[in-house]
Amino acid sequence: MREIYMDHSATTPVDTTVFDAMIPYYSYDYGNPSSVHAKGRSARRALEKSREQIAALIGANPREVFFTSGGTEADNQAIISYMLSNPKRGKHLISSAIEHHAVLDTCLYLEKSGFDLTVLPVDELGRVEPESLKAAIRPDTALVTIMHANNEIGTIQPLKELVDIAHQAGAAFHTDAVQTFGKVPIDVKSIGIDMLSASSHKLYGPKGVGCLYIKKGIKTGSLFHGGPQENKMRAGTENIPGIVGFGQAAELAQSRMSDLAEYLNGLGKRLRDGILESIPHTIPTGEPENRVPGSVSVCFRFVEGESILLMLDSYGIMASSGSACTSGSLDPSHVLLAIGLPHEIAHGSLRLTLGKDNSEDDVNDVLEVLPKIIGNLRKMSPLYNGGGSS
Amino acid sequence: MYSQKVMDHFMNPRNVGDLDIADGVGEVGNPVCGDIMHIEIQVQDNIIQDIKFKTFGCAAAIATSSMVTEMVKGKTLEEAERITNRTVADALDGLPPIKMHCSNLAADALHQAIKDYIARRNQA
Repeated sequence: MREIYMDHSATTPVDTTVFDAMIPYYSYDYGNPSSVHAKGRSARRALEKSREQIAALIGANPREVFFTSGGTEADNQAIISYMLSNPKRGKHLISSAIEHHAVLDTCLYLEKSGFDLTVLPVDELGRVEPESLKAAIRPDTALVTIMHANNEIGTIQPLKELVDIAHQAGAAFHTDAVQTFGKVPIDVKSIGIDMLSASSHKLYGPKGVGCLYIKKGIKTGSLFHGGPQENKMRAGTENIPGIVGFGQAAELAQSRMSDLAEYLNGLGKRLRDGILESIPHTIPTGEPENRVPGSVSVCFRFVEGESILLMLDSYGIMASSGSACTSGSLDPSHVLLAIGLPHEIAHGSLRLTLGKDNSEDDVNDVLEVLPKIIGNLRKMSPLYNGGGSS
Repeated sequence: MYSQKVMDHFMNPRNVGDLDIADGVGEVGNPVCGDIMHIEIQVQDNIIQDIKFKTFGCAAAIATSSMVTEMVKGKTLEEAERITNRTVADALDGLPPIKMHCSNLAADALHQAIKDYIARRNQA
């Protein structure tokens, strides 16, 4: 059976050129960058080259890039260490209702530890309205953390206006850019972002490595205590093969960004339009134009997401859903509820996220199989009466 | 995650649909929690002659519905009443722990259908 992987927002395959770049750093150039000898110096050079590759992708200075174990750690470090390092700025932080749990749960952890948290609502397309940030911001607001693009519905947040509002109030701005890093242009300087989290395995790099951009002059600290690595910002011996892979993936992403985005936008539009044309009672989610390239998200009424995923899987098609059964809780995804979908519609969500290896044929195959699957599940559903109801 | 039996009943569900004439109807769950199981039975001489189901829900919800219809078809009402959500799950070689509560309600739907049948019979 042909495999059709359409879950690139979950993770991506490591690009072969990325993997090739990593290999020497396991068993040959295995030095510790903190060592003074030749092997240590070689590892140090690789580390700093990766830092330059990553910095170039977002218009940062390499000294502003700090490697972490991934997006989750970067989010934790940005939010926790900023709040702990700037007590005079205040104890209030602001986030949004559609953040990844790496941000949301970190904010809730701080709230439990005595900080004040405001979670902003979003509109039906998943955007934070600047007015609501203006209304929520206070003299003691130290940090605003709002994601660049949402992992479930694909909406890209227009950040600039939000950043400006935060800065006017004297607050710093962090963004979780895990879904956009390497996929759409990000210039941290022109947007004015103070901290940005990214992850390697979403852009054809290895798992277990990510980074945090911290603008020069922004006061933060380390979550881990021990050695002086990463300019004393992250104790622990660096994951050199992973970091090399991340750097290589970032360089590759930069070189093909506009071509790949154009390709994926076209393919994604075909898939989304095809689904909406062939399957009635389907609700597209997220912002229709300004979205992560190749991200398609919809809700099918009268059916449940896990059932759709397992049926698709039986045809070799791999996707994801925000239904309760796939979220590991009794509620469907907080993102789908935050954009105002009722529970019964959110349960029928499907996310198809395309990647560089997906072809027109893949899209055609999904468009052939998916209407049958939804039709069969609806025939089985007591909520569906054959199409009469809306 | 799921046993082969669950996947078999999910991919090839038995007794899906509606009965032309239902003697008893049972429905449990609600769309908010993401599972609704609807069961219809046809009873003759105290025996479940025919049974159909419709389910909105995950693979576990569909598989348990399918399994319960297979387990009670041709059985007496007393035998059917003794079937529990637990025995349905066991007949499917178990369910993941998280599914035991939310998606394992098929026996409840069946019991409601039997209750409905008895109530209608007593009224007649």
